[in-house]
Amino acid sequence: MASVATTPKPTTTTPEVAKKRKARPAGPKTPWWMWIVIAAIVVFCLFPFYWLINISLKTGNDLLSSSLFPPNPTLDNYRSIFKNPDFTKALRNSAVVALSTTVLALMVGSFCAYALARLKLRGKGVILAIVLTISTFPQIAIAAPLFKLWSDIGLFNTWLGLIIPYLTFALPLSVYILVSFFKEIPRDLEEAALVDGATHFQAFRKVVVPLAAPGLATAGILTFIGAWNEFLLAVTLTSSSKARTVPAAIAFFTGATEHEVAYGSISAASVVISVPLILLVLFFQKRIVAGLTAGAVKG
Amino acid sequence: MEAASVQQAGATQPRRRSKGIPERRLAIMMVAPSMILIAIVAAYPIIYAVWLSLHEYSVRVAGLSRWAGFRNYSNALSDPAWWAAFEHTLIFTVVSVALELVIGLGMALAMHEAFKGQGLLRTVVLVPWAVLTVVTAIMWRTMFVSPYGFVNTVLGTQTVWLGSEPQALIIIILADVWKTAPFMALLILAGLQVIPGEIYEAAKVDGATTWQRFARITLPLLMPAILVALIFRTLDALRIFDLPYVLTQGQNGTSTLSTIAQEAFATNRIYGLGAAMAVLTFIIVMIVSFSYIRFVGGNIRGLADE
Repeated sequence: MASVATTPKPTTTTPEVAKKRKARPAGPKTPWWMWIVIAAIVVFCLFPFYWLINISLKTGNDLLSSSLFPPNPTLDNYRSIFKNPDFTKALRNSAVVALSTTVLALMVGSFCAYALARLKLRGKGVILAIVLTISTFPQIAIAAPLFKLWSDIGLFNTWLGLIIPYLTFALPLSVYILVSFFKEIPRDLEEAALVDGATHFQAFRKVVVPLAAPGLATAGILTFIGAWNEFLLAVTLTSSSKARTVPAAIAFFTGATEHEVAYGSISAASVVISVPLILLVLFFQKRIVAGLTAGAVKG
Repeated sequence: MEAASVQQAGATQPRRRSKGIPERRLAIMMVAPSMILIAIVAAYPIIYAVWLSLHEYSVRVAGLSRWAGFRNYSNALSDPAWWAAFEHTLIFTVVSVALELVIGLGMALAMHEAFKGQGLLRTVVLVPWAVLTVVTAIMWRTMFVSPYGFVNTVLGTQTVWLGSEPQALIIIILADVWKTAPFMALLILAGLQVIPGEIYEAAKVDGATTWQRFARITLPLLMPAILVALIFRTLDALRIFDLPYVLTQGQNGTSTLSTIAQEAFATNRIYGLGAAMAVLTFIIVMIVSFSYIRFVGGNIRGLADE
């Protein structure tokens, strides 16, 4: 599948051939079929999202035509969802829950990650294994007991009732990413601070944390996306727009209205809640990729 | 590596005498909050789930319960609906992860080639990953459900995609592949980028064909990255809930281990049975997860000590 065109004659080791081959990568020439492959990838990735936007710009009878472009593009669906309190409240709930989860996970997780990355501690492997295992817990196993427990103690349908279980995936994620980032910070700077009489904790707070800002940003972004996206717990542990987050709210839009008209506004709402995440991806592409692949390639 | 770290520790030992809390105690204090939180938010609910699963709860009188032993488990395991959900989850996991691997590998190889706009392509590829799973479900619904969708128009068919038995599961698989193949591609791409180019040059000089270079160099060296990606995705796929919940409410041959348990305790309020089903899912995922930790155990240790 890989570059057939770059190696026309895969034999002989004469110096001339070697020279020719060396000259090739210097030019920005990409074989034509590569562009087809690339175009296919772009269409594969973007077309479904385009279709959603297309639907969100249609109203009335336009919705019933499966046309590739909206015949009479309109922003009516967008106006209507922002007038829908179920949607605007869900946006607020999502923002509060996702941000709180992120801040909590980063604070607690960075302490743990620093100790694992830098300090002397017995049983580090065990602690990391516990953290990793927790991150693979199926949410259903948390949702079932919490559904009963939260009803009994009054945390059902509250922000806190979501933030607490969200830490089960947010905390391991930030610990795991931060450990690999903390390890990349040169030790010398910390050593210098220690020689100057700083305590380990001061070295962490004043030297390591500022230097690890990119790592904290990466862990923060991934945690935020995870919390913004979470569905099972959101749908199980809430019952009204008081605490229901956006993914759950949209799912209920769908369930409640079997009528055709709702497709337009559901699509509009879907576009609106995807935009913050797509912007994050546009601005922090490198950081996100670094975070996703942290630990996956090393070792 | 061992020798190097010993040397380093030896060299820095005398300078390490800093004031304040002793290092080991500080380390314990810094790890403690996370461990306590994990105990509260993860360990306690699981234990409570096991306790719930061993009891029977009255549907009529709230709070009334009695010891049931393993009856909830035997009920779940003798229920054809649970086995159907198990089968759907298994089919979904195997087929979607396999497709994601093949498509992700292809995308990674294409993205690894040098061309103008490489960075842009990487951003494009992240779009499906960034789209919420619920939105993914809505998206695929709007493509397949007539008359809004184009699929029936293009194919000239009248299929009720989400209402037919194998079709509904196929759409859920396709939606999942769309959303996560790019993630797979990025993990594999990261693996590709650490393979030194000289190896290929040497192989070319020795007359290896493109296919030989792929099969004998690329694939073996990519194996660790592929394994990690595969296991991550498998664990994720076994928990699948959002897509079937939104697309079909678990109807038409799309119930999964998670949807059937959620239905039992949240919709039907049969806490004991629901908890038993949740615990069964937990056990299945943990079995796979432990094989994962044994597989990439070296990776974890690599992170832990230095």
